[in-house]
Amino acid sequence: MADGSPMISVRDLYRSFGEHEVLSGLNLDIEAGTTSVILGGSGSGKTVLIKHMIGLLKPDRGEVLVEGEDIVPLGDRELERVRRKFGMVFQGSALFDSMSVYENVAFPLREHTDLSEREIRERVAGKLALVDLHGIEEKYPADLSGGMRKRVGLARAIVRDPKIVLYDEPTTGLDPITTDYVDDMILTAKRRLGVTSVVISHDVASSFKVADRIAFLYDGKIVAHSPPAELRRSTHPVVERFLSTWFGKN
Amino acid sequence: MTGRMASQADTPPRRASPVAVAVEWVGSLVLEGVRTFFGVLALAGSVGRWMIRPPFRVENLFAQFDFVGVGSVLIVALTGLFTGMVFATQSWSAFERFGAESLVGPTVAITITRELAPVLSALMITMRAGSATCTELGTMRVTEQVDALETMAVSPVQYLLVPRILAGVLMGPLLAMLFDTAGVFGGFAIAVLVKGLSVGTFVLRTQDIVGPDDVVEGLVKAAVFGLAVMLIACHHGYYASGGAKGVGQATTRAMVSSAVSVFILDYFLGLLFH
Repeated sequence: MADGSPMISVRDLYRSFGEHEVLSGLNLDIEAGTTSVILGGSGSGKTVLIKHMIGLLKPDRGEVLVEGEDIVPLGDRELERVRRKFGMVFQGSALFDSMSVYENVAFPLREHTDLSEREIRERVAGKLALVDLHGIEEKYPADLSGGMRKRVGLARAIVRDPKIVLYDEPTTGLDPITTDYVDDMILTAKRRLGVTSVVISHDVASSFKVADRIAFLYDGKIVAHSPPAELRRSTHPVVERFLSTWFGKN
Repeated sequence: MTGRMASQADTPPRRASPVAVAVEWVGSLVLEGVRTFFGVLALAGSVGRWMIRPPFRVENLFAQFDFVGVGSVLIVALTGLFTGMVFATQSWSAFERFGAESLVGPTVAITITRELAPVLSALMITMRAGSATCTELGTMRVTEQVDALETMAVSPVQYLLVPRILAGVLMGPLLAMLFDTAGVFGGFAIAVLVKGLSVGTFVLRTQDIVGPDDVVEGLVKAAVFGLAVMLIACHHGYYASGGAKGVGQATTRAMVSSAVSVFILDYFLGLLFH
């Protein structure tokens, strides 16, 4: 952003489910135009955090600022306006299985623009080409591999050129080659579209490849937040232990 | 102290008495019913709010008319036809004992229009469209397709639920009218074609006794039942959780709640009309 304030700012966020406190006063700033990875173990609250960023969940306490606007008190209508700034890639892709690939990618354009069918077709073809998919417009999600579904999910997320793209565990369950491909896809989206990306992951290798900054989520708080090279030198015991599973003990 | 702990360890855990188990079971059923009732009411409020806000997705609405209404035509017509035939056969054997065979036509017509058409067509909607709706919405929920709609700034209530519930309200009475027609024709077929009652007697006696009020009562009931069964199916599917098993359990709960609700509502609507 022009004034240097963060694109997304999470302040003192608390959220419990029943007796279980998942987020305990979490603070995090996401700078515009960067790719930030939120790293943490399974069940650490990464998905809960990302759902707060787009207003799918409301916190018990705290603020979520998107371009300086607190989205926590907003109603349905105002949230719809804020959500138009976002695209989101889901862990399981969340493609509409009753629609073809073309209809899935065209969906946000049909809902929120007055583009003609020819313009929609061109835009869809362009975004599918960006994720290196060609000639699959008439296929249905059930006919695609996991990696292809992720790519269609990304094409759908970026079809309206959002300012922010959220990735929920984009490489979970993928083989190493497809994982590498998805990482490249995230880097390409940032390079070509200049979007602010927030990736939640527990995949250390993938995180170090795509991130400008990595935030480590533990015990409901961000316990480390720095560029990847600095994070490797972190002395926080949980971060050290987590990273040692990939980089080794030394 | 040690001795007491040892004796506690030796004692097998006490089993709850059958009465306590029964009370707990009934209590959990009542709680579940109350939770569902208020959940459905809250969802109805939300659907009402989103129904009057643009954009109005006419294409989605007609797709649901097709699914709930047109798709149920055959099953409702068949059910109506055979219900009318069975009812005429049974009432003929009762009425012929005291020479009142001419009352078979109005008896069949009045029972079908007031009660059987709305109730049985609502049950057909429940089984066919309600179960599919609940499963589809539940699958969309657990595979994050509902969340995906929200992140794309599209209200899932408006996009998914409003057309389904409107289809229930509007298609319910139309299917009940079809049931009326098929049922009365079934009664006519048995009374006139099989048992030999004259056409004039069947038609005139039916016209004498059955009035527009009876038909209207049935159609109002059908609209209320259509609303109720689709709301319940949508509620259970929309809030499903726990993967494939959770969706299956949600569908079972939706079917049971819908069927029971139809009979309970039928009683109270009956009181209202009479």
